[in-house]
Amino acid sequence: MGLIKPIKGEISILGAKGSLERHLVGYIPQAELVDWDFPVTVADVALMGRYSLRGLFRRTTKEDREAADSSLELVKMFELRNRLIGELSGGQRRRVLLARAMAHSPELLLLDEPMAGLDATTQHQLLDLLDQLRSNGATVVLSTHDLSCVSSRCDKACCLNRKQIAFGKPSDVLNEQVLGDTFGTHLLMVHLDGQAYAYQHHTHSEESSELERLPGNGHSHD
Amino acid sequence: MIDFLLDPWEFAFMQRALLAACLAALVCSVIGVFVVLRGMAFMGDAVAHSSLAGMSVAYFFGGSVFWGAFAWAVPASLAITFISRKAKVKLDTAIGIIFASGFAIGIILMSQVNNYTADLFALLFGNVLAVSWGEVLLIALVTGGILLLIVMLYKELLFTAYDATMSAASGIPVRFLQYLLPVLVGVTTVASLRVVGIVLVLALLVTPAATAALLARRLPGIMIFSVLVGLISTVAGLYLSFHADLPSGPSIVVMATGIFLAALLFSPSKGVIWQGLR
Repeated sequence: MGLIKPIKGEISILGAKGSLERHLVGYIPQAELVDWDFPVTVADVALMGRYSLRGLFRRTTKEDREAADSSLELVKMFELRNRLIGELSGGQRRRVLLARAMAHSPELLLLDEPMAGLDATTQHQLLDLLDQLRSNGATVVLSTHDLSCVSSRCDKACCLNRKQIAFGKPSDVLNEQVLGDTFGTHLLMVHLDGQAYAYQHHTHSEESSELERLPGNGHSHD
Repeated sequence: MIDFLLDPWEFAFMQRALLAACLAALVCSVIGVFVVLRGMAFMGDAVAHSSLAGMSVAYFFGGSVFWGAFAWAVPASLAITFISRKAKVKLDTAIGIIFASGFAIGIILMSQVNNYTADLFALLFGNVLAVSWGEVLLIALVTGGILLLIVMLYKELLFTAYDATMSAASGIPVRFLQYLLPVLVGVTTVASLRVVGIVLVLALLVTPAATAALLARRLPGIMIFSVLVGLISTVAGLYLSFHADLPSGPSIVVMATGIFLAALLFSPSKGVIWQGLR
């Protein structure tokens, strides 16, 4: 997103180099980083997703408001459009951030720990919503520590711990060797109904680890 | 009653005072909303106090106290932002240093002038009744300029104040805005020094906006309420000052505080009383 300069290498998004192709990417930050007490409504936040299309000193247009509204309809938040963001539940907050990221119709959606802090039902609603976006042709990349979500919902997984440990289909990638290297601890894998579940064996210090989801026709270069 | 309302404005000095005070209240109330939301109150206060240095240099050499304060306020605002961003100093520490050092330099310079206490008193607590047409014009220009900038950059200021990271990711020049806003706050406080003085300018910056945050939900509504509270307390304060023969700046601040307390108790959505009844 152009926020951090890579130490090494370059980033290309959908074939275009550099961070100038902002309109192609929708980004959802970790929900804890957002100021939920700020006096803006659901509709205001969704409209912010259109700001990148309008330059300095320009006002948002009717077209922008309609796009923001249809984005809110997509995440089923249109009825709550006049609510203050501070009045929303955890799942609703996640959906508002999703609506903002979707408001300029990006082809690539980046989500930073979208499942964190949500109950199981809300997680599934969010994942269903992401599946729906994928069927509309968008590529979804998310970082998570939730292995069962990766194995059941993702097309591809990339395990990171300082470097890339493994990349491929979740069923190929999520084995004990890879997870051990990723989490820096021994994990016990249980296969149930074609899904893999991991259990921690020893309690070591957990290092930073990320699993990415690359469904659809994803292009991504580290 | 009519006499009570009309009497003050028969005097030219009261007309000038009304105009200057309302302009200052207008710009303070609008920028004050950002100050309250971003927790910049102490920064505005620091710029006001430190600009005593600029004022006293101008006073010492017989120049315009107003321009002296301006010349000090802009670099002081930039310095606070720069120090807190680049050096390993926390924001409130940087503010404290600029606050006290500028004030100290100002007092030292003022003390070198004979019979300085009367003039120092006017700088510290304001003397809007002595404002000249030239100063009214200057306050009008500053107010107009700042309001124009806020209208033009409204969506950028809103997005950056709400979520700086995402706003940078959307291509908004966040760093520029993070330096611009403190400068606007600094210039606003200086434009208001004539009205309420160095010590009380913080009240004009914070109280109307804080009152409005109790009364309205969305940012545009908060701005409108803030301006209303600012203007009402200014006019009411000038009446109080005129009829009860009280200093004008403190009268305005007392009125604004009264409205704030009323909102704190009786606001339909956030008032203490209604919440207690629920």
